[in-house]
Amino acid sequence: MDIRPILSTLHRHKITSLLLILQIALTCAIVCNAVFLIHQRLQRMDIPSGVADHELLQIKFAYIGDRPDAYAQAQTDLATLRQIAGVQAVALVNQLPLSGYSMSNSGIKLHPQQQQTSLEVASYYGQNLLATLGLRLISGRDFQPDELVDLKTALPALHSDDMKNLPHTVIIDQAVATRLWPDQNALGKMIYFGNDIPMQVVGVSSPLARPDSLQMGAQNSIVFPIRLTATEGGSYVIRTTSGDREQVLKSALAALNRLDPNRIVLEQRTYDELRHDYFQDDRAMAGMLVGVIAALLIVTALGIAGLASFWVGQRRRTIGVRRALGATRGNILHYFQTENFLLATIGIAFGMVLAYGINLLLMLHYELPRLPAIYFPVGAIALWLIGQLAVLGPALRAAAVPPVVATRSV
Amino acid sequence: MFGYYVDLALRSLRRNKVLTALMVLAIALGIGASMTTLTVLHVLSGDPLPGRSSALYAPQVDPRDMGNYQPHGEPPDRVTWIDGMNLLQAKRANRQALMTGGSVAIQPAQSALNPFYESARYITADFFPMFGVPFQYGHAWGVPEDAASAAVVVISSKLNDKLFGGRDSSGRMLRVEGHALRIIGVLGDWRPNPHFYDLNLKSYGADEGIYLPLSTSQDLHLAHLGGADCWGNGGDGATPSHTAPCVWLQFWVQLNTPAQADAYRQFLIHYSQEQQSLGRFPRSPNVRLRNLMQWLDYEQVVPGDVQLQNWLALGFLLVCLVNTVGLMLAKFLRRSVELGVRRALGASRRALFMQLLVESAVIGLAGGLGGLLLAYLGLWLVRQQPANYAPLAHLDGAMLMMTLVLAVVASLLAGALPAWRACQITPARQLRSH
Repeated sequence: MDIRPILSTLHRHKITSLLLILQIALTCAIVCNAVFLIHQRLQRMDIPSGVADHELLQIKFAYIGDRPDAYAQAQTDLATLRQIAGVQAVALVNQLPLSGYSMSNSGIKLHPQQQQTSLEVASYYGQNLLATLGLRLISGRDFQPDELVDLKTALPALHSDDMKNLPHTVIIDQAVATRLWPDQNALGKMIYFGNDIPMQVVGVSSPLARPDSLQMGAQNSIVFPIRLTATEGGSYVIRTTSGDREQVLKSALAALNRLDPNRIVLEQRTYDELRHDYFQDDRAMAGMLVGVIAALLIVTALGIAGLASFWVGQRRRTIGVRRALGATRGNILHYFQTENFLLATIGIAFGMVLAYGINLLLMLHYELPRLPAIYFPVGAIALWLIGQLAVLGPALRAAAVPPVVATRSV
Repeated sequence: MFGYYVDLALRSLRRNKVLTALMVLAIALGIGASMTTLTVLHVLSGDPLPGRSSALYAPQVDPRDMGNYQPHGEPPDRVTWIDGMNLLQAKRANRQALMTGGSVAIQPAQSALNPFYESARYITADFFPMFGVPFQYGHAWGVPEDAASAAVVVISSKLNDKLFGGRDSSGRMLRVEGHALRIIGVLGDWRPNPHFYDLNLKSYGADEGIYLPLSTSQDLHLAHLGGADCWGNGGDGATPSHTAPCVWLQFWVQLNTPAQADAYRQFLIHYSQEQQSLGRFPRSPNVRLRNLMQWLDYEQVVPGDVQLQNWLALGFLLVCLVNTVGLMLAKFLRRSVELGVRRALGASRRALFMQLLVESAVIGLAGGLGGLLLAYLGLWLVRQQPANYAPLAHLDGAMLMMTLVLAVVASLLAGALPAWRACQITPARQLRSH
């Protein structure tokens, strides 16, 4: 189709055409960036926790008053939980991946006297942690029972530089091993914490996500051979099959309550629920972005349709003349479709530049990565489609204008 | 004349219902979306203590060792036990309070209620007068109670409602973690948002139910909440020991004049020098003294997502306005004949321009009312979200007026170009061709 007549018509309606182009450009730019933001959120929500997501339960208590027998009580609790039908493994741990509340972080140094720490990691500890959470050992070994140090012994030892009562070994996850020793075997290496407390790497586990602050390296985690109790903030973690979770959680709570009714349940949930809670803000933001994109496309479509019907109304006589001179209905239909396609294309071209600019601003202020090129065609196709859909109604009405209009009204 | 223009505008808008509806809808959507996010931003970045905030400061000193030293780094945003106590006892400000957060089990006397956990604040006496905390019943405690680690508590009105049905409970006993404490006061309505004095827990909607002297909380070994930032062999027990190299307490001071603030800044530097010469501070003096609003800004208390949503909504409003400009242009140009007749009958360009602007304003007002409804709906949706600031999202009088003003101003701006364009017609040509 010859586009010259279209261009000359558009030239006569400069302001209106420019406004339409501007609207399409803005919509395109915002939609590209919004889709990118949604993708970012979805990607974040997809982070592997490293644990057996669908097979874990968490129970956390609070205690009233001091509990001098807490360590003995913890062993009784764990033994009781192990007896429950359907329970595969039980642990008492300080924190869980993606739980949103980071209790414990440590700075790793590779040499004594080092000024800057080499890596900030999330520190996990507890009893029977690897087996219960479902972490695999990639190399090395798990902790021996006699390696475990009680937290109530380790903390005073830490404050008084008493090396004897501190743990001497550590298990690091694969992300930390690769980061610290990219080309070497991590097993047997020494790392240092605090005022140069040495620890030897005895195992490398499969990756384990942090409880929070994922921007510091989502899977930089280590495990210490330290035992703690529920009075010190520990959570009971139970591994079972995904189908038995509800039943096992009920029995576990009942059994623990029988052992000691004087505790308050702070958390009782499946790991899936914990994970769901952690990403609720991301989910809400993604939902809101979808809403904005939809509203934006609807407003733009209505705007295009409104202007197109105005143009059709204004050009009724011209259309009639063209029809009288032999133009088919199809010609008229295609005329309006092509006109819209041209405007949309110009708008999209400007929109791409604008989208890139907005992305640069977002990168500056919100720590977002660069907009990948794949988002540009997404925005373009969306706007071409919206434009064609919006113009279809008015264009069909234009095509229905009878040639006899040309002879009337003058 | 104005009334006549309004009448003309209404007639004209009725004549082309679809186009009018489109314009009103576009403005309503744009205004509704942007007012929703602007209201959230307004609520979240508000001043938690209007009238007092400019005299409240958060002093920062740097007690850390040389590990991870950065030449111009920021000092920690909390203080150690030793520094907190030193600064408190120096009494160099008009008022000063040292505090931290906690969580305690409460065992109600009535058997109908099970024991439950309540978030607590361990504070020194100046907290109440310095932050202007209102009391419903009873009174605050003073310096003597701090010194004596008195077994007293002040509770929030919400906790008072829960435990005592809202009656004056001052003088009664409360069992906290197995200890009997005497209630000496019940707070009035006190929910500063953002929760400026402790942003380590939740920035918004974190109102503690029970307040007790810091010294008492330490004597009774009550659990600390809010984490600790440690260096060296700091470790991470639930409650750091008083000598641990960890920051875990908030320290606030009231300084009534800028001159006093300058003097206090000098005092912080002198204090740091003194501690350095004693060997306690390995780093050279590094102090900050921010007032409340600067503090909130530094702590970036408004969530990034909220700012992002706000920009998104303003972008959306812009698209809606461009859309409205286009539609108005179409509508006004279609009326060239009518306008031509009015010009020929003696109406000035100015008069026509005013008439068209009135028409835009009418559209804006209708769009603004629609936007208001959408903003209510939007804020309701925000309140259903899980974020901790969500319950605060309500439209106040100022934002309500702003909605209507924004809508009318936006539509006048959108109408100006089309109106000017429509006034450029030559009456003779319009009349001749029809």
